[in-house]
Amino acid sequence: MDARRESEPTPMKNHTTAERKSERELVVTRTINGPARIVFEAWTKPELFKQWWVPKSFGLSVLSCEMDVRVGGRYRLVFSHPAAPKPMEFFGRYIEVTPHSRLVWTNEEGGDSGQVTTVTFEERGGKTLLIMHDLYPSKDALDDAIASGSTGGMAETFEQLDELLVTLGASVGQVK
Amino acid sequence: MVQYSRTGFDASFAALSDATRRGVLERLGRADASITDLAEKFHMTLTGMKKHVGVLEQAGLVTTEKVGRVRTCKLGLRRLEEEARWIERYRQLLDARFDELDKVVEEQKRKEKVDGRKKRE
Repeated sequence: MDARRESEPTPMKNHTTAERKSERELVVTRTINGPARIVFEAWTKPELFKQWWVPKSFGLSVLSCEMDVRVGGRYRLVFSHPAAPKPMEFFGRYIEVTPHSRLVWTNEEGGDSGQVTTVTFEERGGKTLLIMHDLYPSKDALDDAIASGSTGGMAETFEQLDELLVTLGASVGQVK
Repeated sequence: MVQYSRTGFDASFAALSDATRRGVLERLGRADASITDLAEKFHMTLTGMKKHVGVLEQAGLVTTEKVGRVRTCKLGLRRLEEEARWIERYRQLLDARFDELDKVVEEQKRKEKVDGRKKRE
């Protein structure tokens, strides 16, 4: 069966776009080769979600993944990178869950400056167009996210570095 | 492309492996400073501090600008460059995620096909 699988043609890789749409918004789009029903499942079932959200190609690994996908339900993701001094944690809650078409959640690990993420699933001829929209509370919040290097993923380690710097601030203080 | 950004990533960690350089970043986080200021604060020679700042600059953690005879150091890259890089890094991360998502979706489609066949039998 594996042999047959390998002989199947690989579907063409789809392009991912990312753009700062306004002072407070980032938009990412990508078409996935499958119906919205299945794509939505991959976003909402932890056992599927953790297989792809934390790409191994970035050297990241999942330590834990808890998702209570319903309005008001919380999620918590922990992953690690060999270069990061400690595991990275992401958490928040779902504020909209519309099966097969729309998911909205908050990002609370950064406090009040976190963005609200909206993902829409639009099925077109058996494929699904994903639009991922991040809305920050202010222009400054998005500017700060950029300045800190945080991308909700591998460069999150930069956030950890910021923390490290704060911790080190104590010892650096002795230099004064 | 991913390789490129991971290299930048590693350069940042290398830059941060040194206590003085971490101290310099911490200080620049509070206010911009000239190399002379920094050298004094950290009890170092100008040449020594220039080297440290150079490493931080290479890693994209610090940017410097020479006005008259004074070279001022500040945190981060120039704004637009920084933003373009950040967005590209963000895009790469999501692109890698979505490549994996494609695989998960393929697998689920295959499973459904098999299950459907079983039910019909």
